[in-house]
Amino acid sequence: MNTALSWIKAYVPELDCTDEEYRDAMTMSGTKVEGYERRDKNLESIVVGQITSIERHPDADKLIVCQVDIGSGKIQIVTGAPNVKVNDKVPVVLDGGKVAGGHDGGPLPEEGVPIKAGRLRGVDSFGMMCSIEELGSDRNMYPEAPEEGIYVFQEDVPVGADAVALLGLRDTVFEYEITSNRVDCYSVLGIAREAAATFGKPFVPPVVKETGNGEDVRDYVSVEVKDADLCTRYLARVCKNIKIAPSPKWMQRRLAASGIRPINNLVDITNYVMEEYGQPMHAFDLDTVAGRKIIVRRAKEGDEFQTLDGQMRKLDSEVLMICDAEKEIGIAGIMGGENSKITDEVKTVLFEAAIFNGANIRKSAKRIGLRTDASGKFEKGLDPRTAEAAINRACQLIEELGCGEVVGGVVDVKAPLPPLGRIPFDWERINRLLGTRISREEMLRIFLKEDLRYDEAANEVEIPSFRQDLIGIADLAEEVARFYGYDRIPTTLPNGEATAGKLTHKQRVEEKARQIAEHCGFSQAMTYSFESPKVFDKLLLSADDGLRQAVVISNPLGEDFSVMRTLSLNGMLTSLAFNYNHRNKDVRLYEMSNIYLPKSLPVTDYVDERVQLTLGFYGEGDFYTLKGVVEEFFDAVGMRGKTEYDPQAGKNFLHPGRQGLIRYKGTEVGFLGEVHPEVLDNYGLGVRTYVAVLDIPSLLPLTTFDRKYTGIARFPAITRDISMVVPRDIMAGQIEGVITQRGGKLMESCQLFDIYEGEQIKAGFKSVAYSITFRAKDRTLEESDVSASMKKILNGLEQMGIELRQ
Amino acid sequence: MKAKLDQIREQALTQIKSCDTTEKLNEIRVSILGKKGELTGVLKAMKDVAPEDRPKVGQLVNETRAEIERVMEEAKTRMERAIREARMKSEVIDVTLPAKKVRIGHRHPNTIAQEEVESIFIGMGYEVVEGPEIEKDYYNFEALNIPADHPAKDEQDTFYVNGDILLRTQTSGVQVHEMEKGKLPIRMIAPGRVFRSDELDATHSPSFHQIEGLVVDTNVTFADLKGTLAQFARELFGESTKVKFRPHHFPFTEPSAEMDVTCFKCGGAGCRFCKGEGWIEILGCGMVHPNVLKMSGIDPEKYTGFAFGMGLERIALLKYEIDDLRLLYENDIRFLRQF
Repeated sequence: MNTALSWIKAYVPELDCTDEEYRDAMTMSGTKVEGYERRDKNLESIVVGQITSIERHPDADKLIVCQVDIGSGKIQIVTGAPNVKVNDKVPVVLDGGKVAGGHDGGPLPEEGVPIKAGRLRGVDSFGMMCSIEELGSDRNMYPEAPEEGIYVFQEDVPVGADAVALLGLRDTVFEYEITSNRVDCYSVLGIAREAAATFGKPFVPPVVKETGNGEDVRDYVSVEVKDADLCTRYLARVCKNIKIAPSPKWMQRRLAASGIRPINNLVDITNYVMEEYGQPMHAFDLDTVAGRKIIVRRAKEGDEFQTLDGQMRKLDSEVLMICDAEKEIGIAGIMGGENSKITDEVKTVLFEAAIFNGANIRKSAKRIGLRTDASGKFEKGLDPRTAEAAINRACQLIEELGCGEVVGGVVDVKAPLPPLGRIPFDWERINRLLGTRISREEMLRIFLKEDLRYDEAANEVEIPSFRQDLIGIADLAEEVARFYGYDRIPTTLPNGEATAGKLTHKQRVEEKARQIAEHCGFSQAMTYSFESPKVFDKLLLSADDGLRQAVVISNPLGEDFSVMRTLSLNGMLTSLAFNYNHRNKDVRLYEMSNIYLPKSLPVTDYVDERVQLTLGFYGEGDFYTLKGVVEEFFDAVGMRGKTEYDPQAGKNFLHPGRQGLIRYKGTEVGFLGEVHPEVLDNYGLGVRTYVAVLDIPSLLPLTTFDRKYTGIARFPAITRDISMVVPRDIMAGQIEGVITQRGGKLMESCQLFDIYEGEQIKAGFKSVAYSITFRAKDRTLEESDVSASMKKILNGLEQMGIELRQ
Repeated sequence: MKAKLDQIREQALTQIKSCDTTEKLNEIRVSILGKKGELTGVLKAMKDVAPEDRPKVGQLVNETRAEIERVMEEAKTRMERAIREARMKSEVIDVTLPAKKVRIGHRHPNTIAQEEVESIFIGMGYEVVEGPEIEKDYYNFEALNIPADHPAKDEQDTFYVNGDILLRTQTSGVQVHEMEKGKLPIRMIAPGRVFRSDELDATHSPSFHQIEGLVVDTNVTFADLKGTLAQFARELFGESTKVKFRPHHFPFTEPSAEMDVTCFKCGGAGCRFCKGEGWIEILGCGMVHPNVLKMSGIDPEKYTGFAFGMGLERIALLKYEIDDLRLLYENDIRFLRQF
């Protein structure tokens, strides 16, 4: 919302403050000023000059030499403008002054354009006559300005006077951010009321007088509202003998400052009242309204309608229409029709001020693809009482401006008006909510400033109809706080019992995961939760893979952001590929984020959101590096038992011979492996890449931060090394299984210390060596204590087809 | 006898003095103090000494032995030190050669910002609570006093799964879940991922993070809200940070405010960073709307509360002077390593 300060001052005549003071005070009382711009920016030393003579330039056909009376004397100005005549009064910028822009319009330079006396083709010139563009505006806002050339005052203005002020440019336009609850502030009057209350000055709104001749509007028009759910009030008035002419300068200037182009008196009045009251109005040419009857009803599905901008619009059965006895003549609250639009030949005008359902207007405007100033106001939900004031104000302006003759009476079709709100005035509770000690009297003074009346007998605050946002005590508290001053409210800390803030077990496990990942050189990545359904193919998921059952967004930004991820690898591989493409070496990333698994499709309830720790890297390291990270993490969260790796992980996106499901105490908690070469190709990764994914919810029950000291071994251990030749397809895990199973109570650990495949070993076999440690808690072991266990172990290994080497 | 001992001592001391290796020193030790050494020889000759003189002579022998040993020990220490010095001299390294780093990983700046905020509130006794990212319309809107058809629903361009299920547009829904548990008082913060259909550019992202706070208790006041957030701002941005509360509107709080902090670049004087304002908008806050309390089963006549919410990316961008939001989601290691 943009409004000139001069318009606000029209209703708060005593308002006297600088632009900065106004901005700060309004912002602190809740009408946030986004910015402001002085309309006389870079306009310096510009006065009204009257041309007393014009001569041709001796050396230039296109230039003329003018003598100009500037009040304090006469100066000579050379100009190329084609339009000036002797006796014209024009804005003249004097030597050393400034204008805002060039004569061709276009963007205004920040520092303006300085004007100096000079010589044009040998003739002295002591200033410049200005076009409207040079004054920083344009013909849209100053329709009286010539298409090309100098602005000429049409009214009788004193020579030597401040031309900038006469053009209404000694003013500042403020831009406000109005919050959605303050519908009343989408109007000049609403902001003026706030300004008056903020500065403690009287608020003087226009006095709307009763207008109308002895005739009855009902003889001119009838109104029928068929869909009252979408139109709770429809007011109609008629003005006849319309004389279209330009509106007065003061009205044009105010509209121009708000960014509204002045057109003619009738259009300007409707726009002016819309700005002033925030109530959009529409004017129909009554002679085009068939049967002189207005019907408000929903459109028929598939109707087409030509709006007054000439466009054909497709309608549906939820769009509310204004119709006459035969046809549709306007889309309610959005735009009128081509078929009933006002022309310069209009004789009789039908004014409409109505209250349409805001949500319906908003949705209709969206579907039709036509959002107008009017719809923007309606969709916020307007006040039915203000609508009545607004239509009467428009008729008053018709009379005052001599635009036509107002017919007596108002057609008013309405649902019962909502009762005015009343809020019990519990001033102590307001103080309790705010933490203040504001007196009852001060609160009442604040209410009064805002037109909120106090009913002493009932001890209630009466809410005016334009303040639909005030409903309960909390709303009153905000009114008090705003005008008492948020900055004056004390700052305290809640007392109440001290609660101990701490992290949950889950949060601790996740934090540990981050720490371990980082200690192991992995940096934290962050990727989107939604991705393209093509990801499933990129990751080679089979057609019937359950992970393809994803939550789908019905209104995504595009296909690339349309499904909620069911596995976390796409983000990781995309990030690694980004790094690879930027030639970053040895990149290790991790991510801690959710996947989203629907419990059923279509989704009807919460989905299963599972935090995944995803690790990925390329460069230095291999499968076992990543396995090491996984086990460091397990160790850190108290998972110190045996972790098993099942090579039959069944992950299509991983190298078939280099993948493992991770199981801890029989529970599957994740997987790891080398990324399948085809997947690497799909992501443009030209290097071996390893990933691990741990499903935090699965391993959470297996974690613990309890630690117990179990003592340090006091007696020496006996260590036996065994070296063997093993068929290639027997895995270390199987060997360890046998050793562990047969090692007996005294066996403490077994450690792989050598593995070798190559020339010295026969084909299809590998050389493997383990170191097995035995220890007793209570004594030093003898050779004889372990020989039986060793025998068992060796027998077991031989049964697997393993040859023992001596 | 005494003369003999003096002679042995003098000879020994001279030998030790001129000795330059530990090996030679050892030879000297053997030749004097060893089984066949000279001093040992004197001891062996004791039997020839008159019995009444023996204690005196014995003492003399022991004194001589002790002195030789002491001087020998000193010589040994001196030599060892010299050897160590010589070794260290030969071991001088170039300390300016590159470091051998254990390359540890780096935390994402967003997480760092989140943890800074979290730790401040944990210190004030707040719990960190989480909630679902795929949320029901009721918790994201209706229970927060944003009924169907409310314009605020349009303001927050929402991704829908279907009419009832959506990607949460704010973490505020976590408040409702927490209040519904009925355990009072509440002091919680809820960090998390939220979604809005904004195209990705330098300042917008369809997915970002918020951190939400809620306090519900008897006698919680707007003054408490101001005090809490002022303390938070000082801890996050520095002790000299000032705050400004401006009236604002949120459907779920009343009264509502936006909080600005003095620009941490210029301290409030106005600079390019704060666009000359001296202030930077940081968060929205307010007293929990009575309707919101009521809908979550809390009696607004008995309890009051305050709530606040802020965008984490905004804080991260401001604090670490990151000029493009997209950097946060590209995961370029050269970016991440700077945190």
